[in-house]
This record gives sequence, C-alpha cells and structure tokens, in this order.
Amino acid sequence: MTVTTLSGWGRAGSSAAQVVAVPPGSPPRLVDHPRGTLARGMARSYGDAARNAGGVVLDMTGRARLHSFDDTLGHLRVDAGATLDEVLRAVVPHGWFLPVTPGTSMITVGGAIAADVHGKNHVAAGSFRGHVRGFSLLLADGSTRWVTPDDREVFAATLGGMGLTGIVLDAEIALRRITTTWLRATTRTTDDLDATLSALDTSRAEYRIATLDLMRTDRRLGRAIVETAEHADESPDAERPLAYDPAPHLTVPAGMPGGLLNRVSARAVTRLWFARAPRRPRQDLVDMAGFFYPLDAIADWNRLYGPRGFVQYQFAVPVGQEETVRRVAERFATARCPTFVVVLKRLGPGGGMLSFPIDGWTMAVDIPAGVAELSSLLDGCDELVCRAGGRVYLAKDGRLRAERVPVMYSELDRWQQTRDRLDPHGRWRSDLGRRLGLCRS
Amino acid sequence: MNDALGMPATVVLLGGTSDIGLAIVGRLVAAGASTVVLAGRDRAGLDAAAGRLGSAAKIVVMPYDARSDTAHASVVEGITEQVGDLDLVICAVGMLGEKDPITQDPRRATEVMHATYVGPASTLLAVAQRMRRQGHGRIVVLSSVAGERVRASNFVYGSAKAGLDGFAQGLGDALAGTGVDVLVVRPGFVRTRMTAHLEDGPFATTPEHVASATVRALERGDDLIWVPGVVRWVMAVLRHLPRALFRRVSA
Repeated sequence: MTVTTLSGWGRAGSSAAQVVAVPPGSPPRLVDHPRGTLARGMARSYGDAARNAGGVVLDMTGRARLHSFDDTLGHLRVDAGATLDEVLRAVVPHGWFLPVTPGTSMITVGGAIAADVHGKNHVAAGSFRGHVRGFSLLLADGSTRWVTPDDREVFAATLGGMGLTGIVLDAEIALRRITTTWLRATTRTTDDLDATLSALDTSRAEYRIATLDLMRTDRRLGRAIVETAEHADESPDAERPLAYDPAPHLTVPAGMPGGLLNRVSARAVTRLWFARAPRRPRQDLVDMAGFFYPLDAIADWNRLYGPRGFVQYQFAVPVGQEETVRRVAERFATARCPTFVVVLKRLGPGGGMLSFPIDGWTMAVDIPAGVAELSSLLDGCDELVCRAGGRVYLAKDGRLRAERVPVMYSELDRWQQTRDRLDPHGRWRSDLGRRLGLCRS
Repeated sequence: MNDALGMPATVVLLGGTSDIGLAIVGRLVAAGASTVVLAGRDRAGLDAAAGRLGSAAKIVVMPYDARSDTAHASVVEGITEQVGDLDLVICAVGMLGEKDPITQDPRRATEVMHATYVGPASTLLAVAQRMRRQGHGRIVVLSSVAGERVRASNFVYGSAKAGLDGFAQGLGDALAGTGVDVLVVRPGFVRTRMTAHLEDGPFATTPEHVASATVRALERGDDLIWVPGVVRWVMAVLRHLPRALFRRVSA
C-alpha cells in the first residue's frame, strides 16, 4: 500500500490516495477508511472519476480473467478488470465483437459499466447497458450480489453510476456476430454544420461519426468529415478474415513540453485533415481497430498536451436542439479556442439513472487546460446545454459545477436513494462524487 | 475539490480583511467557488467583507489572530469542522510595521514578525497537514518582493516575508507527490489599505491586478509568480547588486 498521486486521462488536476493492487482471483479486501474506497480500472475517464483523494483506490486491472465463453450464444463472463482489448483478442477470432464500444479499447469492462459507455452506433445498439446480462457487485457491507437487468433499481443505478454503488467484480456480456474484422466505410466531407447534421441524421449505416472543424468563424464552421460504416462480409485477407492484433505504432514520450497543441497547430492539423479527406463520398474497406480505435495506435497520446493536460467537454442535447449544437460550436470558434478532435454523433433514446445518452446529439471537444478564460467559456456552454434540456458526460468531466447536476440528470434523486440504500455509510467515494455532491466528502 | 481547471469549491482566506486576499476570493466566487471562510481578527471588517462578497457563495466568518500563541492547528480544525475539505487556502496575513525599524520598539518588531512570519507559517503547517490527509488541496502564500532582498527601510517586515517565502517554497517541495501544491505570489508595491500612507513604489499595482494574476497562475498550475511580471526581472538584478550600490538605490 503506497500513497500515489492519481490523475484522469486528461492529466489536468490530481490527488493522492492509497493505491492497493487487487490480486487476481480473490475479491478485494475492504478496509474501513474515513475517506472511503473507489475501484479504478484503466483511468480513461478524463477528469476525477477514478480518483479518491486521501482515501483508498483499488486497482482492479490485475483481475482480468476470462471465466467462460459460450461460442454459440456469444455470452462472455469476464472479470471487470479485463480491458475491452483483452476481450476482443479473445473473442474476435471466434467471430464475435462487442455490440457497443467507445473510441478506445483501453478501458476495463468495469469502467464500461460504470460510465455506461456508448459508441458510434448508439442509435442502432444503445449503450453498453443493453448488452450486460448480469454482473456481480461487491456491496459496501462486503457481500456480493448478482445483478441482472431484472434487478431494476440496482442495475439502472450501477450502469452509469460512476463506480459509486459498489465494485463490479465480473460481468456477463452478450456479444454480436461478425464474419470479418473489416468494415465497409464511406467517407465524405460536408460544407457546414447543417450539412453535417443532416448527413449523420439521414444515414442508415450502423456506425456514424463526424469530425468537425471549429477553427473558423465563417459559414463553414462545423463542416466535417463524415464517416459511416457497416460490418463487412468480405476481407482483403481471405485466409484470415478474423485476424485481430492491433499494436500501437507510436508512443508519446513522458515529459512532453506544454503549448505544442495551440491555436496554430490546431488550425494546421484541421486543415491537413480536411485536405486529405475525399470531397466526394469514397468507399473503403477499413480494419476494425483503425475505425473504432484510431487513437489507440498512439500510446499515451494524452501526453501531447504537456504537463498541464487537457479537458474534454462532451455534452448531449435532445433532438430539436440542433441550434444549441451550433451555438456551442460558435462559442468555441469565437473564443479562438484551440480545439482538437471535435466529434459529433447522433444518439438514440437513453435510460439508466445517470447514463449519459439521450435521443439527440452529442459533441465532444478536447481543449488544452491552460487556455485563458476556459472556465467561463465552458460554464457558458453548460448554461446553453442546461437550457436545451441536455447534459454533460460525467466520465469526461472534470469541471462541471455541482448545482448543474440535478438539472442535467433528472433522475439524480432516484439514483441517490438507491445509492443510500446500497451504501448507507458512504463507503464508495470519488473526487468526481465529492465535486458534484454525488457522495460524501 | 479543485476542478480540472484549478478552480476550488471551498476557499479559506487567512487574513480575511486583506484587500488582495478579498480580490482573489471575489474572482474565485465568480468562477464557481461555493463556500468561503474569512478568518481574521477584525470582526466588523470581516462582516463587512462578507457582505461585499454577495450571496453567490456561503460565507463563514472565523476569529483568527496570527499573532496569538494559541495553537493554530485548532483554528484549522475548527474551519474543517465547519466546511469540510479545504480546497484552497490563501494566506494574506501580514503587518507592515513602521518605517525605519531601526528606531522601533523591539516588542513592536516582534509583533510584526509574529504577524508576518511565525503565525502564518505555523498556521500553514497545520493547513498542509490537513491537506495531506485529505489527499488534495492548494495553498496560496502572498509573499512580497520586500523579502527577496531586504531593504533598510522595512527590514523587519522584509525579513519576515523572506522567512515566509522560504517557508512556503520548502513547504511546496515537501508536499510534492501528496496531491497538495503551493503557489507563492510575490507582488511588488500594491496600493492597499496597508500601504495607503506610503507613496507609490516603482511599478505600483492594484489588488485587482494581483488577484487576476493569481487566479491565472492557479489555472496554469504555476508555483511562483511576480506581480506585475516585470518586477521579477527588476528583482533579479537588485538581488545581485553589491551592497553599497543596493543601499543607494533602495534608500
């Protein structure tokens, strides 16, 4: 047991905790600590969700065993500390894939449950919640409970509950069939935000995503590279259609200086990106790892932002609030804010008490943390998002104000009641929970 | 908690009537701080300051005298009992004392030393210990260029600030890896109530300017700043002047 300073993926802000590596095989031994306990996986949440200042943090990544796999039904029982990458390496060669995956495979199954992650196919497949058949939850009193979707309150409070209802020890997830590790993708560019929204909305493809240009204030603000894709039945490698062995091509070294990602480089990167993109729709066969996890190819890419780190602002607004998407985009553009990897997606109907997705639109923006006036810029965006009936994604957040949470998440009360029932003495705590009033301090 | 952009939810101002301290607090409340503790010995002044901060944050007023010999640890304990975790503690305690201390009553000099160095340092040690236990927190210490090279005209105050500045830097280093950090702010001449009876020094600045530079430094995660920035370079020169020359230019 050592005291270690922990950060989120954004590396902006840190706190110290007693980190305990949970050994494989055995459930973690719970100790009563005045500042509570939190499970941590790959710490890919951007802000403070995987930190517990002054308390105990259980590193769950050592518990990564695959328990059982039913190759006919595609049901996988796996330790919550296993990463999606480990899962995929085990199941893809058998013709199975995750029905829902976020933009990185470097998260744990437990993290996917805690954040109720979604992917580029949320309209078609919903969030991770819909594919969890059950999980064993270590409760605050030390007992373990098998939770299925029929255990409605606990299930809905834990999927998206940011790890504050208990520790997920293992889970059974339902996979989907694939015949190859390739996708048939169509790439096109749009000229403005309207065209981008319409391209995402009218496409019938399973996977849809737009990469936006916010580095301009003219009418082409919000022009995008729109990618749509379906799983392909053909493979360029006919011998090994289900080969899956991605590896990082590059590693960003530690000690990168700050300031490399600034307005000038943001504009240059955006220009380059658009210059390379096809003007007219182009069809390609693309490999799964490259399509779903482009940034996994660069190990530790978060270090590019230098020692001060970065924040990701991801919000969702309901259908009919496209004007809010535009106004947020305009705020970033007119603030002359350097923005990288701006992503826009269509979401389908949501569910779950603190789950993020709602039927509508979601935009995610990466911003260096040292940008002047960033607090007030993002506070202003929160205001717009709140008024539109939207919300900010807790797994990405590091700076939302506590009073916004009940406005954004209307089921917060119900979640808190369920949490109080499961954890009456406040064992589970996180810095995110402290900051947003989700748990005791 | 301090958020990812360095902004706190709970702020404690030691020296709760300090013009510079209150200017910083005002900005932090505007940036979302929801609880403020004003700790000081002038109750009426604290109440007036609390009134001026408005209703955006919950404001708690606490008695605190840096000069007293009472255990400052119990003051810090009292504050945490009321507001929980301390996200940011600003130390703005200090006493300028009379000009030309060479003629001053030594007991009066001792009071300046207590108010400017001994008291704040002992309180900050208690704050640091609490923050270390809570695994996070930030400390802002209002130092002064007066401590960077001590002048004849205010050598008691200057030496006390020199002590506090050194203490704060060492404290910051001792806290590395604990989730707690220390920002040392070295203003030049600031027009405040404390300096109202003095003529403006060179590069005179305002509490508002010091506050905006401090908040920016908190956002950036700096550990040492000068306000205005130019006095850093002025002091870099002054620090190395031969004594005889320094006596002439600083007189």
